[in-house]
Order: sequence, then C-alpha cells, then structure tokens
Amino acid sequence: MPGLEDLYREIILDHYRNPRNRGELPVPPAHKVEGFNPLCGDEIVIYLEVSDDNVVNDIKIAGQGCSISQSSASMMSSAVKGKTVDEVRELIRAFKSMMSIHESSLEGEGGEGEDGAVNGSGVKLGDLEALRGVVKFPVRIKCATLAWNTLTQALDEIG
Amino acid sequence: MAVTPTPATGACGRIDVAAVKRDFPLLHVHVHGRPITYLDSAATSQKPQAVLDRLDWYYRNINANVHRGVYSIAEEATNQLETARDRVRSFIGAKSTAEVVFTKNATESLNLVIQGWGRANLSPGDAVVLTHLEHHANIVPWQILATERELELRWVPLTADGHLDTTHLDQLLDGAKAFSFTAMSNVLGTVTPVRELADAARAAGAISIVDACQYVPHLPTDVQAMGADFIAFSGHKMCGPTGIGVLWGREELLDAMPPFLGGGEMIRDVRLDGFTPNDLPWKFEAGTPPIAEAIGLGAAIEYLETLGMVAVRQHEIDLVGHAMQVLTERFGERIQIHGPVNPQDRGGVLSFAFDNLHPHDISQVLDQHGVCVRAGHHCAKPLMRVLGLQATARASFYIYNDEADVEALAAALESAADFFML
Ligand SMILES: Cc1ncc(COP(=O)(O)O)c(C=O)c1O
Repeated sequence: MPGLEDLYREIILDHYRNPRNRGELPVPPAHKVEGFNPLCGDEIVIYLEVSDDNVVNDIKIAGQGCSISQSSASMMSSAVKGKTVDEVRELIRAFKSMMSIHESSLEGEGGEGEDGAVNGSGVKLGDLEALRGVVKFPVRIKCATLAWNTLTQALDEIG
Repeated sequence: MAVTPTPATGACGRIDVAAVKRDFPLLHVHVHGRPITYLDSAATSQKPQAVLDRLDWYYRNINANVHRGVYSIAEEATNQLETARDRVRSFIGAKSTAEVVFTKNATESLNLVIQGWGRANLSPGDAVVLTHLEHHANIVPWQILATERELELRWVPLTADGHLDTTHLDQLLDGAKAFSFTAMSNVLGTVTPVRELADAARAAGAISIVDACQYVPHLPTDVQAMGADFIAFSGHKMCGPTGIGVLWGREELLDAMPPFLGGGEMIRDVRLDGFTPNDLPWKFEAGTPPIAEAIGLGAAIEYLETLGMVAVRQHEIDLVGHAMQVLTERFGERIQIHGPVNPQDRGGVLSFAFDNLHPHDISQVLDQHGVCVRAGHHCAKPLMRVLGLQATARASFYIYNDEADVEALAAALESAADFFML
C-alpha cells in the first residue's frame, strides 16, 4: 500500500510552504483564467502574460487549495516561465500523461523515467517528477491536474 | 429467521459501546496496518451483523418478487417487506403504513415530494422558503422546479454560531407555499427547532418538508410531535443497507399528490387510454422495490430500538461534548470547530479547521493512521460560501464510537501537523 512519502515528497512540501509566483498581474496585458475542482472546492486563478512572439513572459498564481494542487501550480509556474507556448503545450501533455493512471500504473510501462523523460516524448519534467506518486492516490489526481487544465484553458483562450 | 444480537444497552439506559463495536464487523478491519477508527457516519453508517445476517437470510431463503406472487416464498417476501414498513412506521411514530413510502434514499424522497407535491400545487410567482444549512438534495430539486415553474426561492440565514436566524422568519414565510428545511445540518451539526419551524409554516399557510437524513438515525423521532407534513431520510445512515430511503407524509397530502414515477406496482389498472394509480403507499413505489434493503432496514431499526434512541442521543451529546473539550484543550487556537458551541444543540458531527492545513491533506494523513474523516464541501456548497469556507474536515460519531476514537483523532491530527510543519 502506498505510503505518505509517495505522495508528499519533500519538494512538494517545499513548494506548498513557499509557493513560487504567488500573486496577480494587471489584466491586460495579462490574461486571467479561473479553475475549480468541483469535488473539493479548490480554486485556482492563473494570470498569464504571453509576448507577441509567443513566449510566456510572466505567470502568477492565486487561489486556494490543498498541498497537492498548490504545489503543482507552483511548480508549473516555475516550469513554464520563459518557455514558448508550444513548449508549454508539450509540457502539459507530458505532465498529464504522467498523471494518467492507465499509462503509468496499470500497464507498468513508461514508469519512473531515468532522466525525467516521459513516454518517450523527450520532455524533461524535472522537479515535476515529484508529483508522479500522486497517481497512486487516484482521488488526488484532480488536485494535481487542476492548475494544468486551467493553464490549457488560458492558452486556448489566448489563441 | 436471523439471529438477533444481544442488546448492547447496559444498566440505566447507557450504551455499552464495547458491546456495540463487537456487533460491527467492519470496525475490526485494519487500514495501513492500524485498527480502523471510523468517523464518517454522517456520510454512511457501518452495519451490524444482525443487518448483514438479515440480508443474507432473505436472499438464501425467501428471495422472490413481492406482491402478486401466490407461491409461499413470494408471500413471505411480501410479508417481510410490509413488516419492515410497519417497523419504520412505529419507529417514527407515523399513524399508518400508508404514510410510509419506500424510496432509494433521502434524495429520491425529497425529489418525490418536491416534484410530486410541487408540480401539483405551485404556479409561477409562488414562493418557497429554504435555509442556508441545506444539503444539495434539498436545494437542487427546488432549483429545477423553480426554473420550470418560475418560483421564488427565499432563504433563512444563519446566526454567527450556526443556528438558523429566525428573526425574520414570518416575513420570509409570508405568502410562501412551502418551507423545506433540514432537521440537522450534516456540516455544522446544528439541530434545528423542527416543531417551531413547522408551526410557523403552518401558521403562514405553507406546508413543511423536513430533510431528516441526519436526524432520524440519531434522535428519537416522532412525526406527530415534529408537526411537519413530510419528512425524508435514508436507511444507510442508520445502520441499514444502501439503496433504501423513506418518505413519510401526511396521508391526506400523499393522497392528493399525483404519482411521481410510473410503471408496475404503482397502478391499480392500466388501459389503453390511461391508468388508475394504486393505493398508498404503493402509488409512489413504481417498479420492483428494494426488497432486501427494506427488510435490512427493518433489522437496523430493531437494532437501534434495542439500544434505545434516547440512549443513542445521550451518547452522542456526551461524546461530541467530550471531543470538543479534548480537541480545544489540546490544540487551543490551532483548531476551530464550526457550528453551535453547546453539544446539546448539535448532533454527532464536528466540522473543523486545523492549523491552516487543507482538509484534503488532513484526511490523507489521518487515513495513514486508520482514521476515516471526510474532507470537502459535504454537498452543501451554498452553506460553505455563506461560511466563507472552501472545505472542512468533518469527523462524525455514532453509536459505536467512544473516547478512544476521539483520542485516535487527536493523535492523528498532531502527527498531521508535524508532517506538514507549516
Ligand atoms: C442532510 C442530508 N440530506 C440529504 C442527504 C442525502 O442523502 P442520500 O445521499 O442518502 O440521498 C444527506 C447525505 O449526505 C444529508 O446529510
């Protein structure tokens, strides 16, 4: 049976205690999107500023939630800053595939990537790898993916 | 016939919790290597051996579809179903079994009366009064009907300590057609003054509908004394199986209501040009009923009756009072218990905020200690918004919980705080 250490890695607790990129950005130029987890009431607000040449210039996170949703949002904000929109979309795909129960636990392949590469996509998840353990706690997956789904929505809206 | 357990009430009508615990097989399982501490009975209660035995006995010995069967086991199944109905009737003090409608849960009971009575009696512009304490089951069906019928929904607000603020109740009820309210909040534990509220509704010419889902399992229930017109509850929160609920209603009101679901069982005659509904209560029981579940509920009621509902209520007041005292002594400002401060005013439900930890994280760590508590909005989002909360952690107590469970909760909370070290 998975233990607490599988879920709450030290780096997750660190991002929870000291969330990065907390705050708001002026809208516009930033774009603001809110996300909700209807199951537990967690909410997140993302302020995203994308430059004309499609680079994420700045991102800020507001809202409230559990350690998993908060740390996932914090790590995400650090990971996407300075990346192009295409790179961010790749990262979202890689993260969400790591969060998919079918790929990582049921089939047992694409498991712990040695250097953080997931499912051969070549995308480095880095610190985000720490969230892999969430898959063993299916009810918490929605907490981990909340920020990412909200970010996708922001990118879609920016177009 | 199934074996009835030895009553677990000791001298002077107190509950012998150790004996009760022995009657519940699930309370002896281990979670993460630790004995389980089950503190989520407000979501669903555990089931005593006597109920499990009754279900097993039913399926092994008399399983057959009810009503219409001429052979012996069909007749016996029908007898047992109707005996269970009569047990519910006497448990809640109803006048006749015609007033006891079996449903699948409290939610269906509420939908039945809201749709059934509401469609027949409400027209555009009519007002219905609800309260800020309600579970979604007593909000959403009204909202559905309100959209369809252009109804006005009015809300009784709360006082700072989680009681209904009835200061302006008469104004809210003025001209209203129905008042639908909870008898006990599943979030704050608040026990509401049902009689007073029902009387106020009647004085204003409104019918009263009571969500008694958290009340019937925990307090002596007498529908005559409550003075309401309808009450709804679920079997699974009172030691019974899932899949069985009850709607009690005054016979004359049920009689005047159109059927809710159509199908077999609920008809007396069907012709090509229409149908004639069956007598009460079967008029509201379309299709094969939850037979085993109803019979299991009968066994659950027998079990609760051997304990005595007065003793059950006293046990919960004592235990909740003890829990509030232990937790506040131990954690001081670190814990904030929501809802009424006097244990007499609340049921066995403790919603709390602890050390700035998110309820999800609390319940995750507690689970590692075998302690089951619920985290979230508890299907009462409007209430959470009024309270300015996103979620709470909720421990809820029942007949099989004791001071050792409170201690397990406190110890697990301590270790959650250590773990996150905020
Ligand atoms: C106050 C209250 N009303 C209604 C319900 C709905 O009960 P059920 O899900 O059994 O229909 C619940 C159960 O959570 C409740 O606590």
